Amino acid sequence: MDVQIWTYILVGISFSIYIGIAIWSKASSTKDFYVAGGGVSPLANGMATAADWMSAASFISMAGLISFMGYDGAVYLMGWTGGYVLLALLLAPYLRKFGKFTVPDFIGDRYYSRTARLVAVICALIVSFTYVAGQMRGVGVVFSRFLEVDVNTGVIIGMIIVLFYAVLGGMKGITYTQVAQYCVLIFAFTVPAIFISIQMTGNPIPQLGFGSTVNDGSGMYLLDKLDGLQSELGFDKYTDGSKSMIDVFAMTLALMVGTAGLPHVIVRFFTVKRVRDARKSAGLALLFIGILYTMAPAVSVFAKTNLIETVSNQPYEDMPQWFSNWEQTGLLKHEDKNGDGLIQYVANKEENELTIDNDIMVLANPEIAQLPNWVIALVAAGGLAAALSTAAGLLLVISSSVSHDLIKKMIKPDISDKGELWIARLSATVAVVVAGYFGINPPGFVAAVVALAFGLAAASFFPAIMLGIFYKKMNKEGAITGMIVGLLLMLFYMLKFKFGIFDGGKEAVAGLESKWWFGISPEGFGSVAMVVNFIVSLVVNKFTKEPPEDVQEIVEHIRIPSGAGEASGH
Amino acid sequence: MTEKQKHATAYWKENLRYLLICLSIWFLVSYGAGILFKDVLDNIKFIGFPLGFWFAHQGAIYVFIILVFVYVRLMNKLDKKYGFNE
Repeated sequence: MDVQIWTYILVGISFSIYIGIAIWSKASSTKDFYVAGGGVSPLANGMATAADWMSAASFISMAGLISFMGYDGAVYLMGWTGGYVLLALLLAPYLRKFGKFTVPDFIGDRYYSRTARLVAVICALIVSFTYVAGQMRGVGVVFSRFLEVDVNTGVIIGMIIVLFYAVLGGMKGITYTQVAQYCVLIFAFTVPAIFISIQMTGNPIPQLGFGSTVNDGSGMYLLDKLDGLQSELGFDKYTDGSKSMIDVFAMTLALMVGTAGLPHVIVRFFTVKRVRDARKSAGLALLFIGILYTMAPAVSVFAKTNLIETVSNQPYEDMPQWFSNWEQTGLLKHEDKNGDGLIQYVANKEENELTIDNDIMVLANPEIAQLPNWVIALVAAGGLAAALSTAAGLLLVISSSVSHDLIKKMIKPDISDKGELWIARLSATVAVVVAGYFGINPPGFVAAVVALAFGLAAASFFPAIMLGIFYKKMNKEGAITGMIVGLLLMLFYMLKFKFGIFDGGKEAVAGLESKWWFGISPEGFGSVAMVVNFIVSLVVNKFTKEPPEDVQEIVEHIRIPSGAGEASGH
Repeated sequence: MTEKQKHATAYWKENLRYLLICLSIWFLVSYGAGILFKDVLDNIKFIGFPLGFWFAHQGAIYVFIILVFVYVRLMNKLDKKYGFNE
């Protein structure tokens, strides 16, 4: 059977499962809709969190990105897993004990202020919207490559599926579809990785395989071989990377702290029963994420070695079928600059003839390694699972921000539970349509902004939540000023150095690199903005009056795990 | 301070001590071994990898996972000791 039929079968089966779950888990109250009734088991929540977290970017782009970054890819590997240590140790148990529905709920109550709540709602919306647009785009790309439908049709199909289970089931529907999606995506990532690991090194465990010797009888270590190939072509050695140490440090920190501050991840911990379940499910989530994250760097090494060996200095005419397939999508480009009919893939930009998009490394990897057709189709189903699960989680944050934080808490407090549920469904629908619109007409800044969403989360939420738990005397004046200063500073740095707004636009960006503060890139600047947020919060706190007695009591209360009760909005 | 508050404060202090230890390890394996001392550690070969590179691409993640589960166990015990378990 050919790839396309396999893809229809596998995508068809997985989509029917998601829809089946949606029908089975219809939400009947706002509590079902926001926190899945509050009785999700730690295991299910761990899987759901992992799927929620691992987006199209983790599944499709990350391994490819790392294969071009080499050692520097560590910023993603450590950044996007280390954040869970912070979540499990510093945030999740206490936020669960606090027991409300959303992150702005916590900020608003802890800092006894509508302004604080509003600032938190705005941060949550900015972060979630930029993120979700990228997911819908990912859905479109997978559809267009593997099912040969138009990208836009792909986005619309994705929208209808998400609409179905997010609007009907709310958090309850999302949680159980995410469990299924985790299984699909991890299976889809593991199978090709094992195949290729055996092919290249004879070791069936990819995590060990990329440290093993190559399977060609030379007895050479795979990493040494890749380092050698890269040096020959003028690239930095794979195991060394090219970023400065301070930037690697700053980026890792920004991604870690940003992860811990992302609202769609935090709300997942409101869905379990007890505080100890929140801790445990954070650990399980990290374990499930770690399976993919320890395999990805292995896939990067396999893919990069395979790619160089297949294309470097080979005649263009002899290229296999996948080469022209991907050329058609525009993700792979060859231009025979010196007219010798061979493909020169080298570091020198003047002589290099091959442009490769990061995304094709995972998607094309099974084809490059000549794996069976069903494996290639599986990757398509996995990519869709990853994109849809994350999109759904984000849509829920957007809809609860509107229906719960804005309408219920600020505009119309006397609204009935039923009315609130309808508004939640309505705002989820609007959010899907908006996200779909951005997926079809992606503004050029989406990709750039997704990476920066972490910086924004790090600069705004993380210090406010942490101080709210660990510093009893933290008051609203300090927290609000800190959040606003952190957010604005991050936005300013991003606009200046990522978009070149103050220096004449996009073209100026490359020239500004030497002017980066402390040599830190916009992607890593979230860590600086976070530190500034902490300092501003503490200083302002020092000169303004203590929080009221009952707020200090709340803090003492959330530090003790017993009597968590169930999450409630009242 | 009431008896109940003293009890809660003692629990919180022990928790903070665990946090400090766990987060020090968290920092050492990632920012320490994976970034700051990466070049030095790369001189050591570990199951086919330069050690610093291995920490950055593999080891830190394994330690993170173990760390969270150790903390979960410690806290479950602590909850029991103070009667805060459910």
